[in-house]
Amino acid sequence: MSDLPLSGKAAIVGLGATEFSKNSGRTELRLAMEATLQALADAGIDPREVDGFSSYSIDKVPEYEIARLLGCDDVRFFSTVPHGGGAACGPIMHAAMAVATGVAKTVVVYRSMNERSWYRFGNGQYGFGDTPIFENVNYGWYMPHGLMTPASWVAMFARRYMHTYGATSEDFGRVSVAARDFAATNPNAFFYEKPITLEEHQASRWICEPLHLLDCCQESDGAVAMIITSVERARDLKQKPVIIKGAAQGIADGQQSMTSFYRGDITGLPEMGVVAKEVYRQSGLGPGDIQTAVIYDHFTPFVLPQLEEFGFVPRGEAKEFVREGHHARGGKLPINTHGGQIGEAYIHGMNGVAEGVRQVRGASVNQVDNVENVLVTAGTGVPTSGLILGVA
Amino acid sequence: MADQQLLDKIKAFEGREYGRVYAWDPVNAPMIRHWCEMMGITNPLYTDREFAREAGYPDIVAPPAMLQVWCMAGLDMENYPPGSTDENSFEVLKLIESHGFESVVAVNSDLKFDRYVAAGERLYYTSRVDAVTEEKATGLGTGHFVTVIMTYSVERAEGREDEKVGEQLFRVFKFKPAVRPKPETGTDSAIPKITRPRPGISDDSRFFWEGCEAGKLLVQRCADCQTLRHPPAPVCAKCHSFNWDTVEASGKGHLYSFVVMHYPEIPPFEYPNPVGLVELDEGVRLIAGLVGADRSELQIGQRLQVEFARFQDEELTLPQFRPVAQ
Repeated sequence: MSDLPLSGKAAIVGLGATEFSKNSGRTELRLAMEATLQALADAGIDPREVDGFSSYSIDKVPEYEIARLLGCDDVRFFSTVPHGGGAACGPIMHAAMAVATGVAKTVVVYRSMNERSWYRFGNGQYGFGDTPIFENVNYGWYMPHGLMTPASWVAMFARRYMHTYGATSEDFGRVSVAARDFAATNPNAFFYEKPITLEEHQASRWICEPLHLLDCCQESDGAVAMIITSVERARDLKQKPVIIKGAAQGIADGQQSMTSFYRGDITGLPEMGVVAKEVYRQSGLGPGDIQTAVIYDHFTPFVLPQLEEFGFVPRGEAKEFVREGHHARGGKLPINTHGGQIGEAYIHGMNGVAEGVRQVRGASVNQVDNVENVLVTAGTGVPTSGLILGVA
Repeated sequence: MADQQLLDKIKAFEGREYGRVYAWDPVNAPMIRHWCEMMGITNPLYTDREFAREAGYPDIVAPPAMLQVWCMAGLDMENYPPGSTDENSFEVLKLIESHGFESVVAVNSDLKFDRYVAAGERLYYTSRVDAVTEEKATGLGTGHFVTVIMTYSVERAEGREDEKVGEQLFRVFKFKPAVRPKPETGTDSAIPKITRPRPGISDDSRFFWEGCEAGKLLVQRCADCQTLRHPPAPVCAKCHSFNWDTVEASGKGHLYSFVVMHYPEIPPFEYPNPVGLVELDEGVRLIAGLVGADRSELQIGQRLQVEFARFQDEELTLPQFRPVAQ
């Protein structure tokens, strides 16, 4: 442990989640309350004790409404981290900072959306207008040409990555096959008992070349919530504490949201490099200290450069890593043991943080042996975040 | 946003079952012969009683694909034999239509056969709504898929259980068309045309779009340190000067990366839609549509030349790039 104030000061002590589905059939507020109350019960904490909240953008459930329904009367910290899935680890970092500085003692972190039944990110209909606000001007470079879906923006980076390093669509497929293999043994996953083969990946239809259907996650309804408190208090609670050893956000040179096409090189994820450097610095750990990782996989191609940014493999060599199956069940670094967003559900990374918690607790359905530290990453192609969670 | 209340209502139809619809006539030789003539089928199993009996059937059998035919209404719509249910197993379509999904198209008809049906057997079917989907975006438009499964059985004499002989899965798409039919000449239509999204244009970027109107590809340049930049910005990221001018690019460049969009098909774009990240010879990159190239021939590094295309009654001019010789 380093002497930096954040590392080792706070712990995740409660975990709650709804089922993940294509149509939850109930409101987002209800999902948020179900997950939050379950997380508090899991921790053994009275709901009225909650004094802080953090979530991330696109979530429509306000923290004050959760506070009202929990019966909180002394809430002193609340934040919303921008950039959708890129923020997935950000609320944990904000909560840990609030706890480490004494601003709050018991923070609820939550994500609750009916993204599948109420919105759809991937339908290409964003309602951008032509008023000169930044977002409209920015997307004005893409939308008029029809480059209007997350898959298409990721595909632009993926093509260049393939060209530069000789990675292939099959390498992306290997990420998908391994995720679906883990999902196949996770009863909470969309694709429980539905593994796929590399041939099926290759035969799946084009969404946006070079991305096949099976390179893309499925939009989902659902909620996940967690409780963060101090490591001291965590010792007296019900669950084995999951220590927040490193927590970071990152923006790097030439950063844009999904469209950082103008950097000198577009084959890396330098914002993830910022996160990697910081979580390793805070924790005093390195890639060799990580037994399993949750690597954000809304689309498969960005999994490869993340393995490179975090130093598991040299630049451009992630393709060999996945060809040898080191990312899969029984490999050197099994990733996304819940099935990933490809196989479990797309809860914008918060379900990945939940799997990180379960791996540290020893409670994953696909438990890796002797887990001491788990890396969790958040959305790629946007300003992002990451965590190292571990045992005390 | 999709209409959750509608979704709840139409989802409630899932699993709903509908009563029997009977066949007007038992399976019979004349109808089988007509079908075989129309389809050009010469299998004697369908026309030669002796042959069928030697093959182990009680009489001639019907081509399996005729299954749906036996219980059809005939020339008069909705005219079913006595005893048939007067409920319509596709009644959910009316509810969906009342919410503005006025068009319909049949998308699947999958038949499963348990056994041949033989001359003399009388069929009926019962229906069950298998699935009503959430709102889906397709090339035709957005709407709901409705799947009904019809189970065909042979009626037995009293005391003997009827026997299932096959099944038909029928799926339709009830939708709001993405591209509405053109109004007839002379009529004034209030329906807006679906157009390409227009860019937001600010004081920092207006020069670019005005340049396109004039057939020029303009790149912003820092007036102090001379650094070129795209996308445009109010300040130089290198020296932080707010002074800038523009230079007209040669319009020549190469393909730095590219994608070919297939799904979802969003009007008014045509698919597959190839879009490139183009690196201009001047050094900056921009996104633009690719024209004049077979998508299978697109390659990173290939030389490109800009051209300008006007869309939507000339209200939008976009740069596009066309492959040229090296």
